[in-house]
Order: sequence, then structure tokens, then C-alpha cells
Amino acid sequence: MNNFSYTQAKNRDDAIALSGMGPGSQFIAGGTNLIDLMKYNITRPNALVDINAIEDFHAIRESANGGLSLGALVTNAATAYHPLVEQRYPLLSRAILAGASAQIRNMATNGGNLLQRTRCYYFYDTNTPCNKREPGSGCPAIEGYNRTMAIMGTSEHCIAVFPSDMSVALAALNASVQVSGPEGSRNIPFSDFHRLPGNTPHIDNCMSRNELITSIELPANGFSNHYSYLKIRDRNSYAFALVSVATGLELEEGVIKNARIALGGVAHKPWRVKEAEDFLQNKEPAAENFWYAAEMILKGAKTFQFNAFKVELAKRAIVRNCIMALNPECQLPGAQASA
Amino acid sequence: MLTDQIISAKSMPTLPHKTVSLTVNEKHCTLEVLPWVSLLDALREDLDLTGTKKGCDHGQCGACTVICDGKRILSCLTLAVMKNGSEITTIEGVATGGELHPLQKAFIEHDAFQCGYCTPGQICSAIGMFQEGKALTRAEVKELMSGNLCRCGANTNIIDAIMEVKAQMSHE
Repeated sequence: MNNFSYTQAKNRDDAIALSGMGPGSQFIAGGTNLIDLMKYNITRPNALVDINAIEDFHAIRESANGGLSLGALVTNAATAYHPLVEQRYPLLSRAILAGASAQIRNMATNGGNLLQRTRCYYFYDTNTPCNKREPGSGCPAIEGYNRTMAIMGTSEHCIAVFPSDMSVALAALNASVQVSGPEGSRNIPFSDFHRLPGNTPHIDNCMSRNELITSIELPANGFSNHYSYLKIRDRNSYAFALVSVATGLELEEGVIKNARIALGGVAHKPWRVKEAEDFLQNKEPAAENFWYAAEMILKGAKTFQFNAFKVELAKRAIVRNCIMALNPECQLPGAQASA
Repeated sequence: MLTDQIISAKSMPTLPHKTVSLTVNEKHCTLEVLPWVSLLDALREDLDLTGTKKGCDHGQCGACTVICDGKRILSCLTLAVMKNGSEITTIEGVATGGELHPLQKAFIEHDAFQCGYCTPGQICSAIGMFQEGKALTRAEVKELMSGNLCRCGANTNIIDAIMEVKAQMSHE
């Protein structure tokens, strides 16, 4: 870890002002990813601005439109176990609880979860080139051991995946991200928040340097009757997804009125295909319709030497997860909300 | 050359120590730490509380688990300076008045440690898990203890020890 200065911000304006002091300054909240990256010498800030004392960001509040506003500094655990989240957004609870470990969820914050960086092996290994870590140095993953890497939305410069589980549910729920900076505040739809790698894989999201996340906004509809989060991984717990699926369904008289399907572990951002969700509208919730939707979602997949298995895995995961969403009670324990 | 080096060492800026107040195992203490010192290193090296173990130092093994303001956390993934004003319990603080914590007793009875390296983190983590009140079944206990990676054969015994204490607690 490099040496750095440390300052605590008292409030939002203070934080924004402090972050403007130099190009090497970074906000720190839970620190579970940032400190790890600093220990690996991947991130080398010269100033840390600790935002944990900003009282305003620590609350979960009901919003005027019937949704919920999740403060950026509420921990992942407190969010997943919050009674209103458990009741109205159980998909979000499940997704959060499928990620990391209990200790990390007690530390990691909602804002930080969205800003965590890829766990691509080559990104983490400072002895190898990586366009995400050092722009222009190359991407050894493309010709290398790419079993965990992306199959959608890749570029010739980067095939890393975004690791957050929470974000997959937030994408399915049509959440938005409230950010604040020197120019004021703005609301970013979740689908626009994270970026595809393109020519600038080192830029993960659309926030500018001095902006910080203040809250995550959930719309009123939480798909609390028919939902499921399925995470497929090498180890049954405490591992990142090879493929994950968040499904929310609204049914009316046995017919699908509204379907949301988001994939994790397949791209640089949570992946949704509107065409497939639209196809499911007014269809029966039958396996063959889910298969058809899965085919549509994976149609554009581009695979590499070791990750072609993800296409079939993702299709099967989508079908299985949509079926599980019909009866959320059938989901296995583990990533489960409290009784 | 040597003289040059001595001169440059003398002209080094003073390191920016920060004062941190902590209550560790019910004792108040004040530390002067550098911003980049992890809570784990401060506990072990400044406070000489070596019960908390440094395993992977990257948040993957749970050996460094302590209870901070009532929640179990990883002391390797936080900075001491960020915990100013916090109350911390380490393995040295779980026994009361010379009497072992029920989990410590259960670990001994169930032969729940082999090398013992993961034990302090496992016990602190299990205490935190009890306080969370979310693990009702054995499967849930295993899931919510999965951030503590014991790599030896004791893991089933660890879960047995935790289940026994859980059962005792529900009868109280």
C-alpha cells in the first residue's frame, strides 16, 4: 500500500470540496474493495476522503413516488435485512445476500457496491498488462485463461465482467442512482450507470471524478410476488458469479404482464435485453416461452477459448430462474431473507 | 555518498500520524497511527492483541474477524483511523471474569480446532452471527459462517459447536 493523507468529510459539500483537492484523491466508505486494491498496488490514491460521517447518507427512506431511497452509506447487510426491502424488494435482498460474506456485507456500502471494480485475474495481477488498470497496455485475457470473462458487450480492449450481485437486481428493478458533484445533483437510470468497455475500459461508469453517489432510488414496483435470484458459481458460497440471473415477473390471470430478466457475470455491466422481456408479455409462464426468451438474450453472445460454456449455462439459468420466480418459496436456503 | 543519504533521511517530512481513540475489550485506549495502518495491524502490533490472526490479509479468510460496534467485520479491510471512537471486541475480550465464553467451551468439547489459526475469527464471527439473529437452521449457519474459511477437517466440528451453543441459547 502506498502512503496517503486521510481526511474526514463532515457533509456532502465538504466531501465534494475535499475531493477536488487533487487528481489522486479518492472517497472511501466501506473500503472492502478499495483497501484490497490498494494492498495489491492497483489503486494508489495520494489522499483518502472518508465519507462515513455524512449522516444524511445513512438512511433508508420511503420516497414520494411509493418507492424507496437507499442511502449510499447504508451497509449491504442493513439494506438486505431492512423490513421494507425484505417485504417490497425481496429480489434485492436475495441478490445482496448471495454476494461476499456476512463480515463484508456488514462493512460494504450500497454506493461502494456499485463502484467495485472487476475481479479479472489480469486486472489484479500487476505483473501482467491490463487495459483497465493501465490504458493501452493490452488485454492478456482475450488470448489467456478467460473462463470467468464476459460473453456480451466486450471489445477488443477488454473482456472483464462486473462482479456485483446487488447491481443485477437493481438493473432488473429499474433503479436509478442519485449522484452529487460540484455542478449539482443528477439522477442516472441504472441501465446508463455502468459502461461497456469500448476503447476506454478503465472507465467503469458514467460518474465524473468529483461526483459521489448519495442514494439509490427504487421505483414502487418491487416484483415482490414473483421473483428469484440465481447465482451459479464454482463454490456454493462466497464466490463471484460465473452467471447470475435476477428475474421479476408480474402475473395476471395466469399470464405474464411484465417481465424483467437481468444477467450478471456475463458483461461489463448487468445485462438486459428488452426484446426478450417484451416477448414474454402476455405469454403463459411456461418453460418453452422462457427458453425462447433465453435464446433472444444470448443471441449476441461472443465467446472466447475457455468461456463458451457460459452461453448454455446462462440459457439454462434463465429458464430455471424464471420457473423459480413463479414460486419464490421453492428457492434454496442460503441467499435467503430472514424468516 | 553515505553523507548524502544521511542528509536526505534527515530532510524527510514527518509522517502524518493520526490520533485514534478506541475502546477495545472494554478498555479505552489512544493510539498514534499512520493513515495506512489497518485495524488488524493496529490491534496486533500497537495493542499487542495477537489473538486476532492475519491470514490472507485480503478479506477472503475471516481469520481477522472482530466485532466492531456490535457487528462482525474484517479488521484487515479497514483502516484503524476510520474506526476512531469505535468499540471493538477481539477474541481476548469474549471471556468474562476468567470464565470462557460458551462458544470457547463448545469449541474445546467438539474438538473444533486443529491448528487453531482460524479459531479466534470463527468464534468472533459466530458471536456476531448470533447477534444478527438470521441463522435459524444448520444450512443457514453454514452459509452465514462461510466467510470464515477453515481449510482443515475441523469445519464440521466448528458447525457442531456453534449449533450446540445456539440450542443452549434458545432454551435460556
